[in-house]
Amino acid sequence: MILVAAAALGFFVYTTEAPGGNLAFKLGLDLSGGTHLVYKADTTKINSVEINEALAALQAVIERRVNAFGVGEPVVQTQQGGALGGGEHRLIIELPGITDVDKAVAMIGATPLLEFKLIKPGFEASTTLPLSVGQTVPEANPDAFIDTGLTGKYLSRASLEFANGTAQVSGTPTVRVDFNAEGAKLFSDITTANVGKQVAIFLDGALVSAPVVQEKITDGTAIISGNFSAEEAKLLVRNLNLGALPVPITLESTQTIGATLGDEALAAGIMAGIVGFIILSIFLILWYRVPGVVAVISLIIYVVVMLALFKLMGVVLTAAGIAGLILSIGLAVDANILIAERLKEELAAGKKADAAIREGFARAWLAIRDSNIAHIIAAVILFWFGTSLIKGFALVLGLGVVVSMLSALIISRTFLLALGISEHTAIGKFLLRSGLKK
Amino acid sequence: MHIMKYKTQLLILPIVLSVLALLAIAVWGLRPGIDLSGGSFFEISYTGERPTAQQIHTVIAPLEIGEVRVQPTGDKGYILRQRNLTNEERQSVLRVLGTLGFVSEDQFNSVGPTIGTELLQKAWIAITLVTFSIIIFIAFAFRGVSKPVSSWKYGVVAIVTLLHDILVPTGLFAVLGVLYGAEVDALFIVALLTILGISINDKIVVFDRIRENLKRNEDHHKHESYDEVVSRSIVQTLARSINTSVAVIIMLVALYALGPETTQNFALTLIVGMVVGTYSSMLLASPLLVIWNNWSHRKQK
Repeated sequence: MILVAAAALGFFVYTTEAPGGNLAFKLGLDLSGGTHLVYKADTTKINSVEINEALAALQAVIERRVNAFGVGEPVVQTQQGGALGGGEHRLIIELPGITDVDKAVAMIGATPLLEFKLIKPGFEASTTLPLSVGQTVPEANPDAFIDTGLTGKYLSRASLEFANGTAQVSGTPTVRVDFNAEGAKLFSDITTANVGKQVAIFLDGALVSAPVVQEKITDGTAIISGNFSAEEAKLLVRNLNLGALPVPITLESTQTIGATLGDEALAAGIMAGIVGFIILSIFLILWYRVPGVVAVISLIIYVVVMLALFKLMGVVLTAAGIAGLILSIGLAVDANILIAERLKEELAAGKKADAAIREGFARAWLAIRDSNIAHIIAAVILFWFGTSLIKGFALVLGLGVVVSMLSALIISRTFLLALGISEHTAIGKFLLRSGLKK
Repeated sequence: MHIMKYKTQLLILPIVLSVLALLAIAVWGLRPGIDLSGGSFFEISYTGERPTAQQIHTVIAPLEIGEVRVQPTGDKGYILRQRNLTNEERQSVLRVLGTLGFVSEDQFNSVGPTIGTELLQKAWIAITLVTFSIIIFIAFAFRGVSKPVSSWKYGVVAIVTLLHDILVPTGLFAVLGVLYGAEVDALFIVALLTILGISINDKIVVFDRIRENLKRNEDHHKHESYDEVVSRSIVQTLARSINTSVAVIIMLVALYALGPETTQNFALTLIVGMVVGTYSSMLLASPLLVIWNNWSHRKQK
């Protein structure tokens, strides 16, 4: 039964590898290349001493955003132009396996840029600025505004609220923005100096609202009330929390790139894996005989299940992920070796084959269980807190540990019991024991 | 075989190796790769046939500018990433690239690290959390065997041993850095995480055996000193420890010998980590447990 299922799974892994199939392995940037996007960062408004800090913040925000969309291990890198680049600051974003450039651009572009601006004297009554609360003006006259320096950079968190003020229809969704200490001070200064005037709130360069400052606001909270639908407001809150961009960026170029490790590297890596596995199998079979054969079969099934899972879950394979796989194969091998050694001990203690197998598994189980739980704990924490490559490593390790426990305990155990080797014959004894001693 | 009689002698090897590793790191330091420190970014394109990435590596190698990452882009171009280059170095790179065909430089910029400060910071937080969770987990898993050594001590010993297991390959990497210019990159960080895993696994297997033997003794009302129990447990798990290491090392040697050049240092770090992670259960974790136990007994008396 298990053999048939495993063969079917193997067939599935093999056939879905056809080029262009949407179930082919998703390979990371280091193994297969992807899309290379270059954004120009507009740092003209930033004090030169703060530029590096702002760019680091930009890098972090973009990294969070790209990761949130489940793209495995992107590369996000700041770039400063040399003689040829004209000294401009850029951001390089490389996304693995993404062929639809427009989609990738839209994904990154969705990062909101939140700005608070003042209105220049003389423009208040301008007809190009219908500044009633809640109205969106996509193309407001840019000359009419003065930057206040208050941007989404100072945001501590955004949340969804339903307004019930007198001026608005009860239940209109609004977005509440809480600033951090620095932002709160800035906001307090701005509102103190401009009581009775309008403050314009821009989102991605479009005016969303321009409320009149009623009184100075010192608690660092602003309410943005555009005519959002509940859905839009929710999306905005999520995007703001994922990180408002500290620096405005514009897309400069997109191109496709090849693998960092090179195509030859991938082929060589696969070759090494296969050769390594064959030698490993020979070692296990020679040393452990029947339990060795069973271990090899269970390892093959293990690898097949892992590969199938990678496909079905769309795990992006990278060098880090493969390291996680190596570790989990190591654990799977260890589980099988533990079982084989215990089996040998139980037989040496004079137990019957059947009882020895059951007892051997039961005793090995405790060590396997504890070690695997420790790894699952580690994998969960690394996945939770880590970014890109650490996350990739943790995901594969976590999956691998769970599958390896199943393969060692269910598959190996079933096979050994099913073979029904008797300990009474000399051959049976020879087959179940291991090593060089009699 | 009562190997815990030699507990202090057993500690010599791990201590010597740790000191050597610390010295290597202190004297030579680790060379941060372009993943961590940033570097320069070249975009070039060829008119006509583009040479292979391998050819580019071959012509650049004699310039000794460290690791160069070559990525094909578009139909004719390549992106090269390497450490910061002086103007002369940049000119010589262009010159050797020109020997492969007519080349034009489209861009030369300096780039920041791909492993940003936030990523590193988060990695540290995660690793610290993992460490503490594992102490707590081991303390919990071994709660049934608080005699004669309380269970949280197993966790602490496991972590001390873990530090040693990480330290030795890192020291080796410092040596590799001096000898072959090996740089700390994303792969190295991943290798250390993997060694952490190997090490935890091995400690738990050995501790599990100690736990089982203690429990059996208690069930059979058999008196055996803690030293003896630990010694016996090590001997019993020895075959398994060696065989598991051999099995994994077979895979890693294959990766080292047949795999791509870029993962050779990775494979080597892991091989060392595997060896260290296995022997340290026997030569470091177990003696520490015994010594700690004897010491607290003496204090009680």
